[in-house]
Amino acid sequence: MAWVFVEEAEGQPAVVGLELLAKARALGETHVIYFGAGSEEAFATLGDHGASAVHHLAPAQGQLGIAAAAAAVESLVSTHGIDLLLFGQTYTSRDVAGRLSARLDRPVLANAIEFNIADSQVSVVNEIFGGTKLVETVFEAPAPHLVLVRPKSFAAEAIGGAAPSVSEVSMPDIGHPGSASITGSHAEKTEGPQLGDAAVIVSGGRGLGSAEHFGLIEQVAAPLKAATGATRAIVDAGWVPYSKQVGQTGKTVKPDIYLAAGVSGAMQHLVGMKDSKIIIAINKDEEAPIFSVADLGIVGDVHTVLPKLIEALNNR
Amino acid sequence: MKIAVCVKQIPDPASPYELDSETLTLVRPNEQVLDDTDRYGVEVGLQLADQHEGTVTLVSMGPAGNLNGIRQALAMGAHGAVIVDDEALHGSDALTTAKVLAAAIKRDEFDVVIAGTESTDGYSGVVPQQVAELLSVPALTYAKRVAIVDGSVQIDRQTAGGYDTVEAPLPVLVTVTSGVVEPRYPTFKGIMEAKKKPIDQLTAAELGVSPGPGQRIVSVTTAPERASGEIVVDEGEAYLRIVEVLEQAKVI
Ligand SMILES: Cc1cc2nc3c(=O)[nH]c(=O)nc-3n(C[C@H](O)[C@H](O)[C@H](O)COP(=O)(O)OP(=O)(O)OC[C@H]3O[C@@H](n4cnc5c(N)ncnc54)[C@H](O)[C@@H]3O)c2cc1C
Ligand SMILES: Nc1ncnc2c1ncn2[C@@H]1O[C@H](COP(=O)(O)O)[C@@H](O)[C@H]1O
Repeated sequence: MAWVFVEEAEGQPAVVGLELLAKARALGETHVIYFGAGSEEAFATLGDHGASAVHHLAPAQGQLGIAAAAAAVESLVSTHGIDLLLFGQTYTSRDVAGRLSARLDRPVLANAIEFNIADSQVSVVNEIFGGTKLVETVFEAPAPHLVLVRPKSFAAEAIGGAAPSVSEVSMPDIGHPGSASITGSHAEKTEGPQLGDAAVIVSGGRGLGSAEHFGLIEQVAAPLKAATGATRAIVDAGWVPYSKQVGQTGKTVKPDIYLAAGVSGAMQHLVGMKDSKIIIAINKDEEAPIFSVADLGIVGDVHTVLPKLIEALNNR
Repeated sequence: MKIAVCVKQIPDPASPYELDSETLTLVRPNEQVLDDTDRYGVEVGLQLADQHEGTVTLVSMGPAGNLNGIRQALAMGAHGAVIVDDEALHGSDALTTAKVLAAAIKRDEFDVVIAGTESTDGYSGVVPQQVAELLSVPALTYAKRVAIVDGSVQIDRQTAGGYDTVEAPLPVLVTVTSGVVEPRYPTFKGIMEAKKKPIDQLTAAELGVSPGPGQRIVSVTTAPERASGEIVVDEGEAYLRIVEVLEQAKVI
């Protein structure tokens, strides 16, 4: 039986948590450790996706709560004898899993895209070298086994499960390690189609030349009702917000069409988009690695190809 | 103020990576480079040291080789380094790495520990959080901005849809993103001085850490490849081919 750690995102269970539930419920009864404010609606969603019980950890008002959550999960592990605990590979879950691993003195396997259980041995698969090689790793340390799974590894699916039982878990006062507090929050404006569910994604990279030229990406995206994406290089440069980043440390996407312009196709970008159905790439360097995954590769300059493409799309 | 920065030497990402056929771990040449990810941590450390009369000590685990990567960080201005190189640690998992780093950091007093969010060659993204737990300090993670205000460290913590401002009193561990600051390039003077800076080399036993049997790689296989696609060199009309593909896919 597997347990799933699910963090809250904008008042609802994070999607990756629901993806993990789809996989976990096939192994038997599934318990969720839910980290966030929580609500009847959020718990019902977990039940709908197959959770039979929810153990709710609510961070105290204004507290980051990560170190305390790790301590609380440690007690759940010993009270319930948890063997396998799955986390989504997201920022907060990574923080909790890392601290928990040190508390329990057990390894945590990260970046999993699949895991298997055979003869009570848990093995985990992850991708290296831009997804060209698959590595299988087994735990040698005894349970509990902690696994961080990349988003989009499994498909979330509601099964109409009943509302789960919910128990409140107290967050222990752990002193100094638990003293991180949140003093302000800043949300970026999000409008238009989102990377998570758009059928078409148009992404730009450093080859666009400057932040203003990201406008070309937006103009291609608009008539296609596409979401816009970006490489880490232009996120770090401050051209676009992090929420647009596609790749190993950004979002994993699998749209019907992924159009990449001025993107080199670094390994860390490829792992986030190589499973798109059709990949179109525009790059002036015929050696660019992006062409190795492209169904259609245009060797050309974004500043000549994109304006023509925009005009053609707008004239339809 | 005492600042420890966790930095890793990695095989040059510009040359293709190889796995050892027996151990299935990464082949590490004698000459490695400073992980680009860690240049941001070193820069943040140096800026905090400038503002708060501090020193920056590098802490690293892995094959020392010719120490080129460590010297790159020293050339940026770090004051000294500790590197733990031990045959017994080759291929160790994140938790063993964290135990070694925490033990090396604990040999001295510290106010701030800085790490990257994920290393280029290992990218487990959990070593810093494990180190924080082992040192019993808060972890302020994924920082886009770092400042020390009245004995507390304050960061902007990147989130899926923006950022939170998060703070904690010293001592703390901070992980920094590659958008946090612009790392400096070493000067000629810096490079010359780096040759004379102290580098302590230690073994796992000297730190009292014994690598545990955490995990074992059982196989490495080649992933199914995408069929190679069509390449069109643009002579003015290539956009039409894109339009055709979009039509075939019925998105227009
Ligand atoms: C631990 C780690 C995690 C990372 N995570 C991510 C991640 O999640 N996502 C991500 O994207 N990256 C990630 N990276 C960074 C990654 O390694 C690359 O640095 C980044 O993807 C490169 O972005 P880019 O393609 O925009 O820039 P570049 O690599 O600089 O490529 C620009 C491309 O544009 C082309 N070009 C230039 N001018 C033109 C023109 N006029 N017309 C057409 N083409 C042109 C060039 O030929 C080149 O191929 C990560 C790195 C590390 C170490
Ligand atoms: N072997 C190591 N030596 C020094 N620092 C490390 C080592 N491994 C990881 N780190 C630190 O932890 C960060 C995240 O690494 P990782 O958990 O491997 O993704 C890195 O950016 C470093 O700051």
